[in-house]
Amino acid sequence: MKRVASILALTLVCVGCSDNPKTDAAGPSDAPTGQILINGAGATFPYPIYSKWFDQYHRLFPQIQMNYQSIGSGGGIRQVIEGTVDFGATDSPMTDAQLTGAKTKILHFPTVLGAVVPAYNIPGISEEINFTPEALAGIFLGKITKWNDPELKRVNAALNLPNKGIVVVHRSDGSGTTYVWTDYLAKVNPEWKSKVGINTSVNWPAGLGGKGNEGVAGLIKQTPYSIGYLEFIYAIHNKMAYGKVRNSADNFVKAELASVAAAAARVVKTIPADFRVSITNAPGHDSYPISSFTWLLIPSKIPDPAKKQAMTDFLHWMLDDGQEMVETLAYARLPKELVDMEQKAIASIE
Amino acid sequence: MTPRSTRRKVTNIVMFTITGLCTLVAVSVLFFILGYLLWQGGQALNWNFFTKLPAPVGETGGGFANAIVGSAKLLLLAALIGIPIGFLGGVYLAEFGGTTSSFIVRYTTDLLNGVPSIVIGIFAYAIIVVPMGHFSTLAGGIALGVLMIPITVRNTEEFLRAVPNALREGALALGATKWRAVATVVVPAALPGITTGILLALARVAGETAPLLFTAFGNRFWSPGWNQPTASLPDTIFKYAIAPYEDWNRQAWAAGLVLLSLVLATNVAARFILRQTRRTGG
Amino acid sequence: MQPTTTATDRADARRRAPAFARQMQNGDRIAHFTTFIFAGTIILITVFLFYELYASSYLTREKFGWRFLTGTTWDPVALEFGALPFIYGTLVTSILALIIGVPLGVGAAIFLAELAPMGISAVLAFIIELLAAVPSVIYGLLAIFTLVPFLRDYIAPVLESALGFLPLFQGASYGFSLLAGGCILAIMILPFIISISREVLLAVPRDQREASLALGATRWETAWHIAVPNAKAGIMGSIFLALARALGETMAVTMVIGNAPRINLSLFAPGYSIAAAIANEFSEATSNMHISALIELGFVLFCITILVNAVARLLILTTTRKGAVV
Repeated sequence: MKRVASILALTLVCVGCSDNPKTDAAGPSDAPTGQILINGAGATFPYPIYSKWFDQYHRLFPQIQMNYQSIGSGGGIRQVIEGTVDFGATDSPMTDAQLTGAKTKILHFPTVLGAVVPAYNIPGISEEINFTPEALAGIFLGKITKWNDPELKRVNAALNLPNKGIVVVHRSDGSGTTYVWTDYLAKVNPEWKSKVGINTSVNWPAGLGGKGNEGVAGLIKQTPYSIGYLEFIYAIHNKMAYGKVRNSADNFVKAELASVAAAAARVVKTIPADFRVSITNAPGHDSYPISSFTWLLIPSKIPDPAKKQAMTDFLHWMLDDGQEMVETLAYARLPKELVDMEQKAIASIE
Repeated sequence: MTPRSTRRKVTNIVMFTITGLCTLVAVSVLFFILGYLLWQGGQALNWNFFTKLPAPVGETGGGFANAIVGSAKLLLLAALIGIPIGFLGGVYLAEFGGTTSSFIVRYTTDLLNGVPSIVIGIFAYAIIVVPMGHFSTLAGGIALGVLMIPITVRNTEEFLRAVPNALREGALALGATKWRAVATVVVPAALPGITTGILLALARVAGETAPLLFTAFGNRFWSPGWNQPTASLPDTIFKYAIAPYEDWNRQAWAAGLVLLSLVLATNVAARFILRQTRRTGG
Repeated sequence: MQPTTTATDRADARRRAPAFARQMQNGDRIAHFTTFIFAGTIILITVFLFYELYASSYLTREKFGWRFLTGTTWDPVALEFGALPFIYGTLVTSILALIIGVPLGVGAAIFLAELAPMGISAVLAFIIELLAAVPSVIYGLLAIFTLVPFLRDYIAPVLESALGFLPLFQGASYGFSLLAGGCILAIMILPFIISISREVLLAVPRDQREASLALGATRWETAWHIAVPNAKAGIMGSIFLALARALGETMAVTMVIGNAPRINLSLFAPGYSIAAAIANEFSEATSNMHISALIELGFVLFCITILVNAVARLLILTTTRKGAVV
């Protein structure tokens, strides 16, 4: 028994003290010459590109460790307001109420662009289906219940849409993807706006809920005649069929890096100074109507000088070298004008 | 042979088969899970997996080293909290408690057991992370420890009760006081069962993700000491399994395999130590 | 020859006796006190938790009062919250889990403890314990790809044709349903029931079993009429543990239950459970009212657990003989 106890105690001490190749064992942050650990939390959608960026940055500057955890946009907002993390990330911009509730002022910095696509599983149909805004709103409101509904047949004359019931799939967890999707539907359909509204979590009139993009993809794949909405990369990765959506210029556009970038480019001219903007249903012939920015949330005052230096340096790098890396992971890069505006805005961090 | 005895013999065989089938179902579920994990994640198991930090998307050669160490630290903390409170609480219920106080303790233990792990995580967040101002291994370990307590208590009590009274009375008759009887006779007699209970509790918390989301938080790097966020196996499994990258998915399955193997190893080690201590007398 | 104690020895012993006895009694008192402190910590933690849940949900408690329990709308945008669909889903899936899991678990435990050879029994029990360590997210993912299609394509049609007159088995089946939730929970509670019941059954004294066999009983009769009644308390205890796990299980359930906050009598319909709702929405909730609603859900689950435990204990008290441990 004594032997066991002493072995246990020894293990505890060893495990607690070691486990870092560099021997500095310190608290959350350290002197400028030591390790700097910066914690961030937020959106799941940009997690792949953020993890790539932070890894690459760590390789360039080994003493800086940026630890990002994708607990969700709402989680990111909450943690950065409470100050338990050094920065946040979100797919949906903070509301005015949230901004006033924060102790320090929080700044938004757009990082990449993404898109939400309508993915479906109809046995026998592998071609792209055209969706009008009315069709999408009607399906998700539970009003359009069959695949061969006139609203769908109207713009898909070449396809033989079956006389089967539509199974709607949506997100069960709160998410920025839902925010973007509902934001779009509210813009194009007044009934959606009044009945359901825009949020990361809504009261869905119909359908099954899947947890996470992966959950929705799984549900769609397992359920014939179903339709749901997914982040662009998930549809590609899961090799799912997704349709074209008609944009505000009456053109049916498929989600691609080019069409998403086009949407952003059109909106940049009128973007507000704090960068909080929705680009769904953007004007322009080639714009994909369900596109969105995703933002990093940085406090405007960072007391620790080492951390402040690290974060501002990272932001500059992200807008420059970082943008080169995004397209290989199926994200669209930021428009040039936006990058310039952000570079200037970084200076406002104290 | 009378018809009655034939009937009894047939019942015997039939029930033997039925209960055997029940066991088969339970066992085959596990083999199915293990098989699936091996099939999906087997390729991702290599030396890098155990020694390297996570690699970014698209790059191979990353590993789960920090998650494995993180889980070990969290489980150590959880055991430090869960085992003493659970074991001694169980001893109280079985040996020392009166009827009313035991009833209350037992009732509250069952209540605590029914709290969803995410609620315990939120609770730990509110009372540890917020006052401290940051996430930490300590908070995660405490959350897991609280999760461990009810299972340990219930188990310890059950197995202490299962020790025949004859042993207790024999010890008392030989002049031992109550606590000596309990410590030197009753507890050792119930030790195999109690160990099962503790290992079951550890196994359960080893696989819990929800309570760690808001306490240990997760970390792509090493986490020195007890005061920083840390990666853990179930948390990394969760994040990798739902990601849109095949490489990560495979690593998630492999990590699941590693987690199960670690629990198995702890199980084996604990029983081995138990047998040794019984042989040498402590 | 026995050594005889002299008169002086006996006098010495009599002098030392009270001090020695006092020491020993102190030891007892210390032990009682120490174990009481640790047991008391459990009560402290639970009460603290209860208080935290109650206090942090005051926003929605004030706004809705009892309507929270009877409302059926869950709308984070309009800030309208009603918990009834979640309560329904939690209870249905947990009861289903017990209905499927307890017979299977106890059956397997009896097999392992009474009817199987000892070597096999130990190995199999070991393997089954590992089931407790499988992370819920892996259970969930596997269930999506195996259990759900299996239920939808094979089990549901059979149930519908055989028992379709019951509202429980009517309607279209997508696979993602209350039934799937109940099934996955049943699998997850198996290791607890089997491991503990087996150990308790093994602890039943040999002489009882041997006496029964000597009188000519078959092994099954010995198991069912002698061993199980003896181990009843322990088996009940394991069922309590299993039920608690079923009520609070989060990840695996949310992946297969369909996550639709609607009440539907059919087991084939999608549903929602309290733990799943909290897990799904807590990370993203930012409005204070939404967070309060989720915490109140947790509080409601806590109260359900109190009630369920009370009912179960009453049942035990009225059906078992005196001296049952409650």
